[in-house]
Amino acid sequence: MKLIINGEEQQIEASTLSALLSALDYEGDWLATALNGDLVPRTERAQTALNDGDRIEILAPKQGG
Amino acid sequence: MLTLYGTQLASRLLLGTARYPSPAIMEAAIRASGTEIVTVSLRRETAGGGRGGQFFETIRALGVHVLPNTAGCHTSKEAILTARMARDLFATDWVKLEVIGHHDTLQPDVFALVEAARELCADGFKVFPYTTADLVVAEKLLEAGCQVLMPGASPIGSARGLVDPAALVSVRAHFPDVPLIVDAGLGRPSHAAQAMELGYDAVLLNTAVAGAADPVAMARAFASAIDAGHAGYRAGLLEPRDMAVPSTPVIGKAVFA
Repeated sequence: MKLIINGEEQQIEASTLSALLSALDYEGDWLATALNGDLVPRTERAQTALNDGDRIEILAPKQGG
Repeated sequence: MLTLYGTQLASRLLLGTARYPSPAIMEAAIRASGTEIVTVSLRRETAGGGRGGQFFETIRALGVHVLPNTAGCHTSKEAILTARMARDLFATDWVKLEVIGHHDTLQPDVFALVEAARELCADGFKVFPYTTADLVVAEKLLEAGCQVLMPGASPIGSARGLVDPAALVSVRAHFPDVPLIVDAGLGRPSHAAQAMELGYDAVLLNTAVAGAADPVAMARAFASAIDAGHAGYRAGLLEPRDMAVPSTPVIGKAVFA
C-alpha cells in the first residue's frame, strides 16, 4: 500500500504502525509517532492499523534551542 | 531559588543544545554552565537511524530537566501536535511553546501562540511561551493558564541583546509575581547580566554559548554574569543621575590656598 512517511511517498506493506517501524528498521525507544495529524502514543502503536494513503510522522529527539 | 511550575532550581540559566561544534563540547558546556534545564527539539528520524536516541541518551546522562520546544512550527495545530509528541517521547509535560509568525525575524505569531497555549494548558501541559514583551499578549497567556512568560530580547540567534529594555521593564513591573525568563537574542554575558538586573528570573540562550570560539568557557562566563546580575538586582541598584556626586566626603577637606 501507499504510505506517506515523513513526507515521502513509499510503497510498503504494514498492517500496524509498530509493524511499519520494524519493517523500516527504526530502532530504540526514542521515537514519537503521529498518524494523519494526530499523536499515536507509543503504547498504542501495535493496535494502530494503517490504511492506504496514511500520512505518518516519525520523530526523534534532536538538538534544539 | 527559582521555582518554575513547582520545580525548584538553583541555576537561573536555561541552555539550548543546538549548534555546538561537537556532542562532547555540548556536554561539557552544559556541565560548565551549571544549568538544570536544557531545551531539545523533535525532528524527523531517518529509517534505521537511531541518532536522535544517541543524542538524547547523552542529555539524560547529565541529569538535567528537559524542556522540549516546538521550534519551527508556524501554526497552533503544528505546535500542539509537536507538544503532544514531545510529551509522549520525553515523558514531561513541560513545553517551550514557539509558534513562529515571521520567516525573517522569527517573531512569534502571538495570536496562534495564545490559541495553542490555551489548548495545551487545558490538556495539562506546563507551557513556557516564547512571546514578545507585549503586555496584552502576556495577560492573555496568563489567562490561558501559563505560569511562566518568556519574552524575547531581540530576534532569535541575532546576538543583539536587549533592544527594548523599557518594554522588558514594563513586563516585569506589571507581573511582579510571574516567573519571567528572557528568551532569545542574547549575545554576550553582559546582555544576560542586564536582563537579570532588570529583575528577570532567568535567561534562556543557546547560540551565544554554542557559537562562541570556546563554548565551555562561554557557558561559565554566562553563568557568572547571570549570578552577578541577579545579585545586583537583589542588592538594590543605584539609579542613574544627571550630575556628578562626589564619592569622597567634602567635609574636612584641607584648604591649602
